[in-house]
Amino acid sequence: MDVEILSRIQFAFTVMFHYIYPPLSIGLGVILVIMEAMWLRTGKVRYHNMARYWTRVFGLTFAIGVATGIVMEFEFGTNWATYSRFVGDVFGSALAAEGIFAFFLESGFLAILLFGWNKVGPKMHFFATVMVCLGSHFSAVWIVVANSWMQTPAGFSIEYNGQIMPPGFIPSADQILHSRAVIHDFWAMVFNPSAMDRLSHVIVGCWQAGAFLVISISAFYLLRGRHREFAMTSLKIGLVVAAVASLLQLATGAKSADGVTRNQPAKLAAMEGLFKTQSNAPMGIMGWVDMEKEEVTGLQIPGMLSMLVGNSTDTVVTGLDAFPKEDWPPVQAVFQFYHIMISIGMALIGIAWLGMFLWWRGKLFDLTNPLIRAYYVVLVLAVLGPQIANQTGWFTAEMGRQPWIVYGIMRTSQGLSTVVTANHVLASLIMFAAIYALLFAVFIYLLTRKIQKGPDHEEDSEEMPPSWIALMERRGTRAAS
Amino acid sequence: MDLNTVWFILVGVLFTGYAMLDGFDLGVGTLHLFVKKDEDRRVFLNAIGPVWDGNEVWLVTGGGALFAAFPVVYATVFSGFYLAFMALLAALIFRAVAIEFRSKETWRWWRTMWDTGFSLGSIVSGLLIGVAMGNILQGIQLDERGEYVGGFWALLNPYALLLGGTTVALFAMHGSIYLVMKTGGDLQARVRRWVNRTIGIFLAFYIILNVATLVYAPHLLEIVRARPWLLVIFVINVLIVLNIPRENHKGNEFRAFLSSCAAMATLMMLFGFTVFPNMVLSMPNPENSLNIYNSASTPKTHFIMLIIALIGVPIVLAYTASIYYIFRGKVKLTPHSY
Repeated sequence: MDVEILSRIQFAFTVMFHYIYPPLSIGLGVILVIMEAMWLRTGKVRYHNMARYWTRVFGLTFAIGVATGIVMEFEFGTNWATYSRFVGDVFGSALAAEGIFAFFLESGFLAILLFGWNKVGPKMHFFATVMVCLGSHFSAVWIVVANSWMQTPAGFSIEYNGQIMPPGFIPSADQILHSRAVIHDFWAMVFNPSAMDRLSHVIVGCWQAGAFLVISISAFYLLRGRHREFAMTSLKIGLVVAAVASLLQLATGAKSADGVTRNQPAKLAAMEGLFKTQSNAPMGIMGWVDMEKEEVTGLQIPGMLSMLVGNSTDTVVTGLDAFPKEDWPPVQAVFQFYHIMISIGMALIGIAWLGMFLWWRGKLFDLTNPLIRAYYVVLVLAVLGPQIANQTGWFTAEMGRQPWIVYGIMRTSQGLSTVVTANHVLASLIMFAAIYALLFAVFIYLLTRKIQKGPDHEEDSEEMPPSWIALMERRGTRAAS
Repeated sequence: MDLNTVWFILVGVLFTGYAMLDGFDLGVGTLHLFVKKDEDRRVFLNAIGPVWDGNEVWLVTGGGALFAAFPVVYATVFSGFYLAFMALLAALIFRAVAIEFRSKETWRWWRTMWDTGFSLGSIVSGLLIGVAMGNILQGIQLDERGEYVGGFWALLNPYALLLGGTTVALFAMHGSIYLVMKTGGDLQARVRRWVNRTIGIFLAFYIILNVATLVYAPHLLEIVRARPWLLVIFVINVLIVLNIPRENHKGNEFRAFLSSCAAMATLMMLFGFTVFPNMVLSMPNPENSLNIYNSASTPKTHFIMLIIALIGVPIVLAYTASIYYIFRGKVKLTPHSY
């Protein structure tokens, strides 16, 4: 295997593993903010205990997220040095902004979130939780902005041998080592055509990941008949977030697809397996791409894609035939991953809203009913849904961008480090595989143990800081009087 | 002063912040296996528990700023030092997760495993950071495009390893002083005795390093000859280091710690002012060196980032200081500590 394929495998592997954790932190962060806000509003100890329990789960995901995140920042330079030289002037500032505005904020206030329960008052703790949550969202902002710039580059010019080239100049393979992208409009870079669509889609996906983790663990407790009060309240909060997020995800997904149609037609054609430019273009529900015959067999809605793209079946949608074959993304993979994401997204809407419906009908906690119990089993497993959808969504986005590293400008094969050999990358890939296998095993083990142990009942009586008890009493007297 | 110089200084400030803050985390890790009792080890972990994470961000942000301000340096160093940086990543990962995992189980093998991971991770991190700096000072083999062509084993030369050892010793000294602040009773008395020993070890390394510079990096002498004021910083630095045992002896832990921070800062200044305006020295072809001009981003990017830094950094400093203030004082173990 050559350096290119190994470097791509390594980046894909390390970023996939990393991306298990930030969505959980971002999503759980939102839920922690909700729980602490409810605690401040109502003064009920239950919310306080819930916040403390979920904070411990949060601490675990956050630690692994940090440990695996630093790898990503290094890898741009270690494996993609030519890319880094080429884009540093544009891409680097987004990454630096992420450090200054996001990472400091989240990791600084994390100290108070995890260890400040007995050191600061409830309001200050709530403030810290909000800051951690905000910081993790900011970090999503900057990294998605940077990634979106790779998808839909904007706000820059190409400089070749120190000369600014006219718009439309694409450096050839020989020119690329003496070229770089230079920024001319920072805000055009930040608000590049796909940035905001993709950002909203990514963040809502993170909320789903957090919400379904809470739902899954709570449903598990209720099935076992443990920690009933705690689990019921957690489940309700999780369901509300999941219900809102899964619908929002439909909207942001539609908006993103619309953007892909306009900005990255080759990617859209691969996502839908559309080989011929045509009107009345069908949309696939599921299927298999026959690369020989260049057609998709499977379940399709005729004319639906044209309908979505231009509100009419007469709309002509660009197919892969509009592009030279060497500029095609891997069609089969992009098609399949995209459709897995869509199917899971739809299933998550159904699961969340079924729960809302049952809650409305007063049946949600009727655990004597075998159908409700079956639904709870689905809820327990649903934690995997957002994880798989988030991963396959990113596969679609990143594989759909191929063969480009910066869409339409720089090819992935041109971005490699010139001094790194295949053996180096193989060695580091084996190292990461071993370390991450260990981390994943320990993570699953510790999470399972935490779930089995459950929330701490003694916590409120033993450890509640005096300032918090005072607040509770104030609330209590106010309620009594 | 042009923007290139401003960003040279700002990147330096970020890495100095990293050395001063994560330096004591790595130092605590280096000393971790020297206490045997489980409770003492937990005190060590919880001394850095709330803050190590924020401290590591200084490295991440420093790396990001380097990428944005001097992409060529970032690309050359990170790809050129490929295997060394992969080892650094492994070390930083183990350091980080070991803190989180270690006290989650009481089994002896579990705790020993993560204690070892934490300590080795910290030691190797300090060592490799020092090795990277040593190579930059001594000069590495760059081609005319500014790419490193020397190979992996050339990086593990005596001078770089010596600077690596010096860095580990420096972090251990810094960590021991930090621990004096965070511990009490018998443990504090023991840790207090370590301070003078670690200072001694550091100074020994430092003296050997300076002698080795004469042998391995004579070009640095030329620079010192041209910039005699570097010697003033050097003398101030040594005086600051010698002030640490004095404050420690008098029981002024916090002032000893501040002295140690100042020692780090002056060392980084020595490093920066020696290489300036170069960022990576090329040997044996000094004309291929990467400097703050031939490896820089455009003035526009430097300007945009300066705005970002001017908005962001004061806020970061304000809340970082508040958080340190909230977590001041001795470590108290609770059931939910590490």
